[in-house]
Amino acid sequence: MPDVLIVDYGGGNVRSLTAALERCGARVAVSADPGAVAGAERLMVAGQGAAGAAMAALESAGLADALRDAAGRHVPILGVCVGLQVLFERSEEDDCAGLGLLHGTVHRIRGAARLPHLGWNDVEPLQEHPLTRDLPAVAYFAHSYAVTSDIPSALAITRIDDATIASMVVRGSVAGAQFHPERSAEAGRQLLTRFLAWEPA
Amino acid sequence: MLRRRIIPCLDVSGGRVVKGVEFVNLRDCGEPVDAALRYAEQGADEICWLNITAGDEAWHELLAQVEDAGTRIDVPLTVGGGVSDEPHVRDLLGAGADKVSINSAALDRPDLVAECAERHGSQCIVVAIDARTRPDGVWEAVASGGRRPTGRDAVAWAVEAVERGAGELLVTSMDQDGTQSGYAIDLYARLLDAVDVPIIASGGASGPADIADVLEAGVSAALAASIFHDAISTVEEVKDACRARNLPMR
Repeated sequence: MPDVLIVDYGGGNVRSLTAALERCGARVAVSADPGAVAGAERLMVAGQGAAGAAMAALESAGLADALRDAAGRHVPILGVCVGLQVLFERSEEDDCAGLGLLHGTVHRIRGAARLPHLGWNDVEPLQEHPLTRDLPAVAYFAHSYAVTSDIPSALAITRIDDATIASMVVRGSVAGAQFHPERSAEAGRQLLTRFLAWEPA
Repeated sequence: MLRRRIIPCLDVSGGRVVKGVEFVNLRDCGEPVDAALRYAEQGADEICWLNITAGDEAWHELLAQVEDAGTRIDVPLTVGGGVSDEPHVRDLLGAGADKVSINSAALDRPDLVAECAERHGSQCIVVAIDARTRPDGVWEAVASGGRRPTGRDAVAWAVEAVERGAGELLVTSMDQDGTQSGYAIDLYARLLDAVDVPIIASGGASGPADIADVLEAGVSAALAASIFHDAISTVEEVKDACRARNLPMR
């Protein structure tokens, strides 16, 4: 039994995320099979690219429903970058519906001098949580869309000029990181290690 | 606060890191995956890997090496050189590149930038521009590793590339490249005014002070090769010099 299953819907960075989890000592499975998602004890949704394409791929492969069911069973889920964005109800990018596991809409970032938000930035904790114990930290971001810091699920925030985004989110067993833990050196290792040990109440 | 980035660049030919002056007189500087790991260990914020060998065989070797590097390093990896169509971009992202840079092929067919940005997102599409000053003072974009003048104003091309979906620009001054005479600050000042995506400056670093200078001018990142390959400075020494000027560094 793997420790964590990465949902493979054809988006990028599955390979680097697998390697990063393995560096944390995890046994990792990668699958596009809804049946495998249904049997997984811990799930990650990777992501690179556009929200619309990611959601279309998740829906057409039956993975979206498998993820909704997994959330209903309180299986720990961590979405990364676009994998965080698809957890929400809607995204302004491609004006598409998301999985609806978290309340809110993903917007194009307003108030940043330059977009995309590319590079290393602070992740500051908003609340005590098993996933935020190593924060504050500096992590690697690559995106132009995000949820704002005033959504109810905001767990950590990041400031980009005049914008403040939620860079980590959580509700029950469903969590997300807007940054890329697989490319965030020590900060990434810490988050992945915390996620692998996380037992949501 | 968003940090400025220091990006060691690996120019890779025949599976080896090489470095030349103004794109000629290449010399061997070691094994690329080892170099990438070493620089990441030193605190590099990103690694740039430029393939400078043409041909199918070189492409397959590149993908294999990127796959190896991409699973072993824990900072972002930008790969470019010889990227001529969307399947090349897909191959490199699939192999583990975080961003892909497109140079000559984008100049030849600007629609390629839009195709790649629509499919993969602007955040992973870098348009690389090699620029050289003409006698009239205009920065001209040159293609094919500096061998082919295009007649295009580099700043105008930068604006078009961003309109078509480029998420970042990697701009090399060929007047400066490999000469260690400092970055072309005036070129970057013009580009910073003209576009609102991050800009990576490349070409001309002789040491930490040059890098701090160009970051102070407002670029998001500075790329350098020789000073790192020749062990003139470590990444950490460069970052210390930048911190001393109050630039935000990781």
